[in-house]
Amino acid sequence: MTPLGLFQIVLYFALILAAAKPMGAFMANVFEGKRTFLHPALRWLETLTYRVCGVREDAEQRWTEYTASLLSFSVFGFLLTYLLQRAQAMLPWNPQGLGAVSPDLSFNTAVSFVTNTNWQAYSGESTMSYLVQMAALTVQNFASAAAGIAIAIALVRGFARQEQKTIGNFWVDVTRATVYVLLPLSFVAALVFCSQGVVQNLSPYTSAVTVEGAKQAIAQGPVASQEAIKELGTNGGGFFNANSSHPFENPTPFTNLFQMFLIFLIPGGLTYTFGRMVKDTRQGWAIFAAFSVMFLAGVFVLYHFEQSGNPILGNLGIERHATAAQAGGNMEGKEVRFGIANSALFATITTDASCGAVNSMHDSFTPIAGLVPLFNIMTGEVIFGGVGAGLYGILLYCIIAVFIAGLMVGRTPEYLGKKIEQKEVKMAMLAIIATAASILVFAGISLAANFAEKGYWNAPGAAIANLNNNGPHGFAEMLYAYVSATGNNGSAFAGINANTPWFNLTLGLAMLIGRFLFLIPLLAAAGSLAAKKRLPVTAGTFPTHGPLFVGLLVGTVVIVGALTFFPALSLGPVVEHFLMNSGRLWS
Amino acid sequence: MATVTTAPASNPEPRQDPSQLLPSKLAHSRPLFDPQIVRRAVIESLRKLNPVTLAKNPVMFVVEIGAALTTVFLFSDFSGFTLQIAIWLWFTVVFANFAEAMAEARGKAQADTLRKTKTDSLAHRIGRNGALEDVPSSALRSGDIVICEAGEIIPGDGEVVEGIATVDESVITGESAPVIRESGGDRSAVTGGTKVLSDHIRIQITSNPGETFLDRMIALVEGAERQKTPNEIALNILIVGLTLIFLLAVVTLHPFASFSVKQAGAGQAPSVAVLVSLLVCLIPTTIGGLLSAIGIAGMDRVMQHNVLAMSGKAVEAAGDVNSLLLDKTGTITLGNRQAVEFITADGVSEQDLADAAQLSSLADETPEGRSVVVLAKEKYGLRGRHIPEHEATFIPFSAYTRMSGVDFQGRQLRKGATEAIVRFVVERGGRAPSNFQELSDRISRNGGTPLAVADGGRLLGLIHLKDIVKGGMRDRIAQLRRMGIRTVMITGDNPLTAAAIASEAGVDDFLAQATPKDKLEYIKREQAAGRLVAMTGDGTNDAPALAQADVGLAMNTGTMAAKEAGNMVDLDSNPTKLIEVVAIGKQLLITRGALTTFSIANDVAKYFAIIPAMFMATYPELGLLNIMGLHTPQSAVLAAVIFNALIIIALVPLALRGVKYRPLDAAGLLRRNLLIYGVGGLLAPFPGIWVIDQLLTLLHLA
Amino acid sequence: MWRQILPGLRIKLFMTLALGIGYPLLVTGVSQIAFPYRANGSLIQRADGSVIGSALIGQNFARPEYFQPRPSAAGNDGYDPTSSSGSNYGPTNKKLVDRVKASVDKFRKENPDFTGPIPADLVTASASGLDPHISPASARAQAARVAKARGIPATAVETMIAQAVESPDFGILGEPRVNVLALNLALDRAYPAHR
Repeated sequence: MTPLGLFQIVLYFALILAAAKPMGAFMANVFEGKRTFLHPALRWLETLTYRVCGVREDAEQRWTEYTASLLSFSVFGFLLTYLLQRAQAMLPWNPQGLGAVSPDLSFNTAVSFVTNTNWQAYSGESTMSYLVQMAALTVQNFASAAAGIAIAIALVRGFARQEQKTIGNFWVDVTRATVYVLLPLSFVAALVFCSQGVVQNLSPYTSAVTVEGAKQAIAQGPVASQEAIKELGTNGGGFFNANSSHPFENPTPFTNLFQMFLIFLIPGGLTYTFGRMVKDTRQGWAIFAAFSVMFLAGVFVLYHFEQSGNPILGNLGIERHATAAQAGGNMEGKEVRFGIANSALFATITTDASCGAVNSMHDSFTPIAGLVPLFNIMTGEVIFGGVGAGLYGILLYCIIAVFIAGLMVGRTPEYLGKKIEQKEVKMAMLAIIATAASILVFAGISLAANFAEKGYWNAPGAAIANLNNNGPHGFAEMLYAYVSATGNNGSAFAGINANTPWFNLTLGLAMLIGRFLFLIPLLAAAGSLAAKKRLPVTAGTFPTHGPLFVGLLVGTVVIVGALTFFPALSLGPVVEHFLMNSGRLWS
Repeated sequence: MATVTTAPASNPEPRQDPSQLLPSKLAHSRPLFDPQIVRRAVIESLRKLNPVTLAKNPVMFVVEIGAALTTVFLFSDFSGFTLQIAIWLWFTVVFANFAEAMAEARGKAQADTLRKTKTDSLAHRIGRNGALEDVPSSALRSGDIVICEAGEIIPGDGEVVEGIATVDESVITGESAPVIRESGGDRSAVTGGTKVLSDHIRIQITSNPGETFLDRMIALVEGAERQKTPNEIALNILIVGLTLIFLLAVVTLHPFASFSVKQAGAGQAPSVAVLVSLLVCLIPTTIGGLLSAIGIAGMDRVMQHNVLAMSGKAVEAAGDVNSLLLDKTGTITLGNRQAVEFITADGVSEQDLADAAQLSSLADETPEGRSVVVLAKEKYGLRGRHIPEHEATFIPFSAYTRMSGVDFQGRQLRKGATEAIVRFVVERGGRAPSNFQELSDRISRNGGTPLAVADGGRLLGLIHLKDIVKGGMRDRIAQLRRMGIRTVMITGDNPLTAAAIASEAGVDDFLAQATPKDKLEYIKREQAAGRLVAMTGDGTNDAPALAQADVGLAMNTGTMAAKEAGNMVDLDSNPTKLIEVVAIGKQLLITRGALTTFSIANDVAKYFAIIPAMFMATYPELGLLNIMGLHTPQSAVLAAVIFNALIIIALVPLALRGVKYRPLDAAGLLRRNLLIYGVGGLLAPFPGIWVIDQLLTLLHLA
Repeated sequence: MWRQILPGLRIKLFMTLALGIGYPLLVTGVSQIAFPYRANGSLIQRADGSVIGSALIGQNFARPEYFQPRPSAAGNDGYDPTSSSGSNYGPTNKKLVDRVKASVDKFRKENPDFTGPIPADLVTASASGLDPHISPASARAQAARVAKARGIPATAVETMIAQAVESPDFGILGEPRVNVLALNLALDRAYPAHR
């Protein structure tokens, strides 16, 4: 690890820390319906949306109605995204003349962009027309992010309100999140990206003749506008296959820092929003602190192992140590401009959040370095996490942590003055079980599955033939796919060929389970919490701020994740680490 | 008019004495492992292997299925290793059953004792025609009138409607000293099964057969009506959820392992016995096995304090209490106020005042009255005189007149509440000195009770009655505050007096001149603010408040109505017990939390034992995870399973006794318990499993 | 319940127009005016207007007189911008080790004058397969070969490299790097007579 590398990590963290309060306070105002400095410029758009959509701004919804609205929003989002892909050959803005996307891939992609996963079984530059990239994928980037924020806010209302039946209005929350938070920031960010070299045009691909006389077709497209919301909304779906490692998506170390900043900007800010809304900012900072501890631990582990590099390659006479003129370490699957430090940082951030954009190929990481992103997603992405999803995810862990350890203070556990009882525990466990089941069961089936000759679902033979690696790494590749889909992350050990009907279907289902079977129980819990009285804080109350709680929360997240996935991880990255050190290879 | 004022800020926190709040009778009256109880529990724990009963405990049910599965596979593929696994899995279930059976057996033993006293006695019922008829007590119905003579067993629960008697209630309370039961007032309730020692009384029966207090008590003690408490249900959901997650992790391990075996071309997928072992080690068997025992033992512990909790929910609620309503008299202060000073009105000699005070108190048998006689004697040398009854008319105290006294030799001597006496004087043409009210208020402000003394139209002065706060009460209240519990003093005193005593005792709030209605209102107000309220009460008019409170502790000496309304009955009728009940409630919750945390934390070490063992043949490199250096894969798996079974037995005493409770604030408690049960639970299995592995190798068992 | 559901369709259509058409077109319009060069791919053109490539996208160089970029997994021949990708080989994949070994052997053969450990980036595939950069150390490792092939002094090549090194952004962000295309074009400009 180099001093400059460490400095950049610290600098990044300082930026996120500094932005949390202003961003959080701004969002609190937005969602409490107060006027902000953006209202003079954008209030018209908000009211226009209500009018066009037939929404009454002051109408409140119960949790069931809120959920129904969310589902309707998602279903129509899915249908539109699906249809646009299927019809792209007949629609304009398709200069490369790309054909219709296959039904199973369209399904997978539509689900992926509705669930804020942005798993991509396709490569953008050779599959999706500009119209689909804009009108389907970019729109869903906004929509799924706004929905995530809305749900988090609804859950926070559950804690903040007392003896009420309603938890807000989904349409209003989504509109406000889009109009005041996502859209203005995306617009500014897109222009910043353009100024650095991210392309933004509707031209066909440019044909070039290289210096040595070869032909090169240079892909183009409306990239910057999608790039901005892709990071800000923790969506992560790249315009190009190589995602944020592509020089047209992420051309400089500065854009790289800016992208990373955008990923954590809203999740970091939401912790403060949460504190503000429950009228105790210390509660928000405690969550921010827990996030930070897990984030920094992940970065340093990943950075350490990537910088140590691959001893097998080291034996071939390759420099593994960083020097002033080269980064050393494991450079397979990394860009020179980012080196080891910025790749490690980006990989941690993108999997802490449910972003899934990548600026280096996780599949080529050394085993323990690859374990970090995998484990980050396995925790349910509750380290800053996706926009909204991180906050509602960590609140679920708060419920579990408070419930288990809270008993040890000799009272019925309570969090933020709300008693944690049957219903909350049931809903939290349901969410955890659903996601664990999706990951383990689908991965187990796919590892064992065998397909018939001339079948529709996959190439004949074992599904594991779709893997790009063998041995424990191949296992990790399969596991990562379902972890990423269920966790709605979208990053991958990308060697796996997942564009077959079988994987498109099962990964699509995993994404749906990971999104909706996680957040519907949480909305139910929000409804039940909102109806409860808020108990007064006394000396006998379990204190949910301060280092003790932060430690407890981190411990709960890590232990629940570790206990569920220890066997799987030990057959994947852990054993691969030992094998790599002993020089064993898999053909 | 009730006045609620918040007591002045409390004095500096007193030195902390952790032992103080511990229930004084926590030392069990019966030893924890009484041989008779253990024998009973062992038999019961085998009987509980019946899958139908065990299905109520999903975690142990899963273990039993695993044990059965392993046993079945034993027939097709016998090995010493699998046999040992199967045996220890069965032991795991039996151990958990044993814990529950132990907790139940203690209650059942107690119930047996009670049942023995429930002999069918003869009752002398007054028939419709007014004639006495002898019927068996089991034939009595609510509303029947019976007569009970000295030496007879009272045939059923009821109210004394006529007469007064001494009654031996030791059957229920364990207290051998007889108590007085009389018609009217708050000491009219009698309990079936108790024995009249003297006199005879007429009783109106209030309960039907099978629904008597004794019946209910037996049922409660035995745990027959035991329902899972809300917190227990929630915790059960959590551990069932965890069990499901681990089930998924273990079942899917099979394809994962097969893939690995195929790729590595070495080893084989783990056997059913090993997978079941892993599953059983991972699922929270410790808490799953001990959960119901903890709950039953908690109820039992309340019982050891001679408190009868009507439901586990009430005990749990006691741990959550935010506000404790304590009656001043008898709880915060010693029952009796004492006269400490005579303060004369202008122009009256102290001798005259003392003389009048003593005369007016001669017939006053209350402790206060006696203390006036004593004070006059000690301070002014006035001997107690005997006034012949026919020469004097004694005026008893009544709530209406609020004064008492004597008409004697033409004098009208009165003592009583200042306002009442002043009115008395004015009515007889006298007048009160201008500073008299001020003198009276001064006593009140100091926490005393002023009693004015008058001789006809002449106001003589005041008697200063002082309330004595019980020793140690201040510290206890300070401890309660640290635990986050507000204490509220309930008193009939006027606000000034109440404020002074409240400040002396250090309570957080008080309710002065409290009527039963005021109490009820106060409780409702507290509950509206989200607080849980506990109170004690004995009178019939306490019943609504007892019913409203989240924890209502009724005194056994109290009326049937009060006992029906509360959710606990203190057989010792000691209002201070409320504090101990709160401590037990907290202890119960802490024990659950501690064992859950311990159980989950244990899993880490078990993974490190079993996972390398499972895949050593496939990936020898995984041996690096065998940080305990366990000898062979078989010994490692077996050691983990044995440890998992033994830890249940090892924790039975803790589950039955409850973890040590210290009255700390929440943060302090959490830090302490997290360290012991969280970090301890993480570390403890490592040496434990290592030692078992050593022994297994030494004994050539694996 | 329909009241809660119907807005879903309307808001979706509205969003598609506003965010799917309006917003990208607005960004396109502004950036085409403000940053026309960058928004269109930072294209480098010859005098005749034909495009050589993009300053941001790497391209293949195989001849000894050119600095060579990193191995690329984009497309069959590498550096195919319509098929950006890394190799996605894990650290224990034999294919990875074989490929790196081949690169190492090839490099050693082509650059006999370089004897130190080979910079890691030079024999590993980048994430995008389009990495325009190599590390300064990787450039220097090729300096002797390039100088020999062009028949120019090694110091001259070293100077060209030094001029081509881009420092970390603002001195603190990212890694020092050399743009291979830019360096090779600069070489061609400075020493055009080599052909």
